[in-house]
Amino acid sequence: MLQGFVQIGVFFAIVVALAPLLGRYMARVFGGERVALGRVVRPLERTLYRVLRVDPEHSQGWKAYATSLLAFSFVGFLLLYLILRTQSIHPGALNPQGFHSATWDVSFNTVSSFVTNTNWQFYGGETTMTYLSQMAGLAVQNFLSAAVGIAVLVALIRALAARGERTRGAGDAIAAPDGIGSFWVDITRATLYVLAPLSIAGALVLASQGVLQDFSHYLHFTTVTGAASQLPGGPVASQIAIKMLGTNGGGFFNVNSAMPFENPSAFTNWVEMGLMFVIPASLPFTYGRMVANRRQGVAIFGVMLTLLLVSTVVVYVAEQHGTPAQHLAGVSTHAMSGSAGGNLEGKEQRFGIASTSAFTALTTVISCGAVNAALESFTGIGGLVPFADLAYGESVFGGVGTGLYTMLLYVLLAVFLGGLMVGRTPEYLGKKLAARDIKLVTIGTIVTPFAVLVSTTIALATKYGRPSVFASGPQGFSETLYAYMSQANNNGSALAGFTGYVAPNAGNLGAHGITFADLLGGVTMLFGRYVPILVVLAIAGSLVTRRVSPAGLGTMRTDTPTFAFMLGGVVILVGALTFFPALLLGPVVQGLTTRLF
Amino acid sequence: MKRQLTTAAVAVVLFTLVLGAGYPLAITAVSQLAFPGAANGSKLTRDGRVVGSRLVAQAFTKPVLDARGRPRHDAAGDALTAPDPRYFQPRPSATGYSATATFFANRGPNSAAARDFYRDALAAYLALERPHDPSLTARAVPVDAVTTSGSGVDPQISIANAHIQAHRVAAVRGIALARVDALVDQSTDGRFAGIAGEPGVNVLELDLALDRSESR
Repeated sequence: MLQGFVQIGVFFAIVVALAPLLGRYMARVFGGERVALGRVVRPLERTLYRVLRVDPEHSQGWKAYATSLLAFSFVGFLLLYLILRTQSIHPGALNPQGFHSATWDVSFNTVSSFVTNTNWQFYGGETTMTYLSQMAGLAVQNFLSAAVGIAVLVALIRALAARGERTRGAGDAIAAPDGIGSFWVDITRATLYVLAPLSIAGALVLASQGVLQDFSHYLHFTTVTGAASQLPGGPVASQIAIKMLGTNGGGFFNVNSAMPFENPSAFTNWVEMGLMFVIPASLPFTYGRMVANRRQGVAIFGVMLTLLLVSTVVVYVAEQHGTPAQHLAGVSTHAMSGSAGGNLEGKEQRFGIASTSAFTALTTVISCGAVNAALESFTGIGGLVPFADLAYGESVFGGVGTGLYTMLLYVLLAVFLGGLMVGRTPEYLGKKLAARDIKLVTIGTIVTPFAVLVSTTIALATKYGRPSVFASGPQGFSETLYAYMSQANNNGSALAGFTGYVAPNAGNLGAHGITFADLLGGVTMLFGRYVPILVVLAIAGSLVTRRVSPAGLGTMRTDTPTFAFMLGGVVILVGALTFFPALLLGPVVQGLTTRLF
Repeated sequence: MKRQLTTAAVAVVLFTLVLGAGYPLAITAVSQLAFPGAANGSKLTRDGRVVGSRLVAQAFTKPVLDARGRPRHDAAGDALTAPDPRYFQPRPSATGYSATATFFANRGPNSAAARDFYRDALAAYLALERPHDPSLTARAVPVDAVTTSGSGVDPQISIANAHIQAHRVAAVRGIALARVDALVDQSTDGRFAGIAGEPGVNVLELDLALDRSESR
């Protein structure tokens, strides 16, 4: 076990060391400052603005910003749907397996999933999607949905950083007093300065280690003992890099990052964990710099890191223990010479329990949703952690951008509660919070749990939810609850027994979708994405013009350990109180019993 | 609104060209030039023919024959196969070691079906290995040998698993155990930087090395 803790500790130490550096870089990028990469990227960036006929100096009000965002997402949705529904006429070189289109309902689910940065997958990539769909459809939304998340965050930060009507904020391009920035500039800079360069580096590292990157036909060959078999091909590395970096999580292959062609070694596993962690870990530092108070960012980062470490350790200890089914069958799950033991069901030998546990805790708090093991085969307690991580509602690191803007809602909530306790008007960074702000914050923090519980209830209370369920006993309930928690929180990981698409043959021949699960899931994802975004932008719009009052003796400081402790408490309370009864029925029951079902 | 939609449409198309075509094609070009072996699936060849990928497990089986030496078939008409004792065996797979239609086995922690699967897998493992390693007990069987991997094509087995199977392979092939154990060591990938992941033995590489060492 000690070796496992060393693995986990070293990995986290590396990311914690890198995060402030990338955080500073992103603060410069979104503050509109010059960066070294600009020499290469600036001409392309200028060309884009010219073609788009966008004035990069023009700062939009929150409604205009939101309209641009919705228009951009809507068009992206239409184009992706068009690509996925026309697979039969994709050129042969980019569809060597001759795949047809998936059904309309599963396509709707998939498109909603990728546009919302969820990457929930009811389809199996290598048996369903043409190379064209993967690279020009799904992977493009991997970039763009991530950029949208970052843009919303940056807009909120600008509003918090603005000093009121008279003066300008920290180095940003605010021209109009109520402007929160330009959506077009923000997504362009997020893509060109952050996502694309890191993806290029990541993709090349992955391809050099054995992740596929070609356009070949699936190769028919004869095995050593003379059986006919096949090897796949495809532009995998380029997609996997952004799948991790953009915290999207949608695998090229059905088994995602467990597949050796997506994640061939313990090294690439660290690379993929690093790619998914590095932006969410850096953004709190970006935030601290942009509001000119680095301790604010450090406090938030500390809360997030603590909760993540707890998750990681709990998964690791639980998975090392093995499952009741294994013990009752007489399988020994203890460590021995030449084997680290543990619950290796659904896990890969090269990662082992420790690296699988770290990956799992990361992918569920971060809202990435890529998996390198079968979550459905985790132990009861080990499997409870992904639920708890989803219950945090993306606030612990969370998706790129999404995570920190969700956490900032929790910060405002904690400030409000603190204000109630000391009997003063709540204020954050010198801005007094009005009743309307707190109402919006409350809506922003409860819409996602609301979507989870309502969707789960509809699925469980009607007969339509039943065809999707695979397991019997409490696991069947867990599958459904997890499916809607994952989709509402735009995570995308799954207890993979849960189905929404039945494809008996490769290439979508004879396939049919489970329309109910596809539509309910798709709507849940869209709701869980855009309602919080609109709330956050509305808060940004109202805070941007708020004057800053000087801190006094009675001002509650928000960069202290005391506040960080309170913030952690609010996150746990809101998450736990909302989902505790539901969690008791599924994973907790399984963790407490050795009965089989 | 109409203006916004136009801008959005142009933006989506432009980004699709840059990120959906330019980016993957550039990565492919560089990868194919700089590391073609890795980017094309880490294929292993024997006598110039591809026999698999070092990253993908394959079955090492032989047909089950009836009394008259003809292949036996199951009820569905598929040829019955059994592990070929001359070769190291990979971890169990729920997908028939398919690399082109992968899925998770999804065996739950409290599933009765999972218990039955483990019981059968453990019995089959002991039936195959114990005749050549009489001291082998169920408690000494490492967990990777009786559980399905995530991918279904996990190319590795644990070192403990390999050293148990080495007894059988050495006996069936009639070569010294020490020589087989040495080949196991050569096919073992350690932890990354001595820290990350778990060591594992690459089964296909090991089996190819075995065949090579015997033909020499």
